[in-house]
Amino acid sequence: MSERIITYHEAIREALREEMEDDARVFLIGEDIAVYGGVYKLTEGFLEQFGPERVIDTPIAENAIIGAATGAALMGLRPVAEIQFADFLTCGFDPLVNMTSTIHYRWGQPVPLVVRAPAGATWAMAGPFHSQSPEAWFAQIPGLKVVIPATPADAKGLLKSAIRDPNPVIFLEQKFLYRRLKGPVPEDRGFLVPLGQAAITRPGRDLSLIAYGTMAFKCLEAAALLAAEGIEAEVVDLRTIVPWDKATVLASVARTGRALVVSEAHHTAGFGAEIAATIAEEAFDQLDAPVRRLSGLDTPIPAHPVLEAEYLPDEKKIAAAARDLAGW
Amino acid sequence: MSTIPSLNTQDRLRLYRFMRQSRAVEDAAWALSSQGRLIGRLYTGHGQEAIPVGMTYALQPEDVIAPMYRDMGAHLVRGVKPVEVFAQYLGKRQSNNKGKDSGLHIGDMSRGIVGMISVLPDSLPVALGVALAFKLRAEPRVALTTFGEGSTSTGAFHEAVNMAAVMKVPLILICENNGWALSTPPAREYGGQSIVARAEGYGIRGVQVDGNDVEAVYSAVRAAADRARSGGGPTLVECLTMRMKGHSIIDAAEYVPREQLAEWAARDPIQRYRAALEAEGLWDEGQEARLSAELSDEIDRAIQEADAMEDPQPADVYEGVFA
Ligand SMILES: Cc1ncc(C[n+]2csc(CCOP(=O)(O)OP(=O)(O)O)c2C)c(N)n1
Ligand SMILES: [Mg+2]
Repeated sequence: MSERIITYHEAIREALREEMEDDARVFLIGEDIAVYGGVYKLTEGFLEQFGPERVIDTPIAENAIIGAATGAALMGLRPVAEIQFADFLTCGFDPLVNMTSTIHYRWGQPVPLVVRAPAGATWAMAGPFHSQSPEAWFAQIPGLKVVIPATPADAKGLLKSAIRDPNPVIFLEQKFLYRRLKGPVPEDRGFLVPLGQAAITRPGRDLSLIAYGTMAFKCLEAAALLAAEGIEAEVVDLRTIVPWDKATVLASVARTGRALVVSEAHHTAGFGAEIAATIAEEAFDQLDAPVRRLSGLDTPIPAHPVLEAEYLPDEKKIAAAARDLAGW
Repeated sequence: MSTIPSLNTQDRLRLYRFMRQSRAVEDAAWALSSQGRLIGRLYTGHGQEAIPVGMTYALQPEDVIAPMYRDMGAHLVRGVKPVEVFAQYLGKRQSNNKGKDSGLHIGDMSRGIVGMISVLPDSLPVALGVALAFKLRAEPRVALTTFGEGSTSTGAFHEAVNMAAVMKVPLILICENNGWALSTPPAREYGGQSIVARAEGYGIRGVQVDGNDVEAVYSAVRAAADRARSGGGPTLVECLTMRMKGHSIIDAAEYVPREQLAEWAARDPIQRYRAALEAEGLWDEGQEARLSAELSDEIDRAIQEADAMEDPQPADVYEGVFA
């Protein structure tokens, strides 16, 4: 399969563009996405290509955006809603938690929609209201799928799968990776990455680093640091946290006997706790060391770089925790 | 409407100085931000200075404000010093947010300022609660909050304004209608002709004023405050103005028609007030030159002083999650 090297940002644009070209039911709705092209310029040029009926600017109304996407999905359309920052998903939280997610369970009607939102910290002083990683809020809600890509190919392939999925999908784009990360993406328009399949992005025998999103990228950097010291870390990128690929994680832990779960979100009751608990429950006899977690702190995400650096896990902290675990 | 005591010369010169100071502080912050020295992104109230200055000047010190990110003048009138503003912008350890948050998210109960967050317009329901406390304790105090016209599209706006109306709390709702909500103009933000027209539907008093006329803002807010203090309930004040810069420093605002900017540049609240004061013989070029020198000196010293302050230490991150 032929490939090109493109950014994570361009990969998302391609996925949206191709799905809109190939399926007339797909439309975009959100704040400042049409004329302005979105705050991250993700949909720049889309208004010109697809017109105002399919690239819809809204008032500042997250609850109505998600509610409207739900209604349009019930009518057979395939809405892709953008929430300007994942931090503002809170304003549309109620329909997601109570309405959208329960419709199929209660009366059997699928609700095929995607809510995209740039999430995560940027190492650029974005502060408490433009840095959050809210995946655990949604992972708790039965009926919502939650996807967090860590590579350009996954960003494209997972977004296309999310749009085609018959369920509501929360798609948390990692704004740290938008323009920083480039990678190979297949040319083939039919290229999809299935929801719910993890990837081993680096094989290793000494311990498993289990992560998703920006932290999966940082784990690769950490693994390179560790390799220089003779520690071979295996990196498991979950790609999707609902549903999540237990089998791949457990198989990796069975090989390495050691697991470090890394996430950027707050530590307490984060999704990392779910992974760690599952490993403890289902792979206890294969462990050579306690399962460890490295996460963001249980504080708001501060703006000043000194504080933000203390808050965020990074490749050095991951490598330090891994070193410790490898020597346990 | 109750009679508004007219502003004396000293008040008028102070209104002018606060507007000039607000712009000077923001211009200096702009320069620092352009050099990459600010923590967080810069948003300014360039062209809207008459609103925060006029409204805050119309209140009593015991009243409480919950301002938005364009309201530099509100902070200055409340006694926040330029050095504190720059310490906040530079994320210093002694700043109001201690480097944890940034920009005009300053909160200080000793000055009656409720600090905002980025989520719009989350201060509005909180200001309602402040006003409710005044009502419950039968205190003759008022709460005031500001928000852009775009922020009136939210559920939070509707819930808070409706509840304020039902509870008849002493709350002043200031809409700074500056023609744009990021890239979205009013016609794509709301279906009605104005924000003030909604007051009737809510059953509260509503007034629309020229938001670039500092005395008009002052008078409208003074009247709203008198009314609220005497149990007359909330007033919605729609101030018509224009966002003269991009949404934030990184927004080139190419979507804003140049003619619209030119039209509003001619109505600049500071130039206009200066001309009015000069026409009345209350101000002249010599005073203007002295004020410019004084402000530039004040700001230079403030930046130097803020710059010399300590940066946060890593361990600070853990402090203060709980009281
Ligand atoms: C709930 C929420 N949604 C979106 C945003 C992103 N955002 C920040 S400012 C802004 C425009 C606000 O416009 P307006 O209320 O008119 O205030 P102005 O900036 O014009 O002063 C938007 C959409 C936000 N901060 N909060
Ligand atoms: Mg506005």
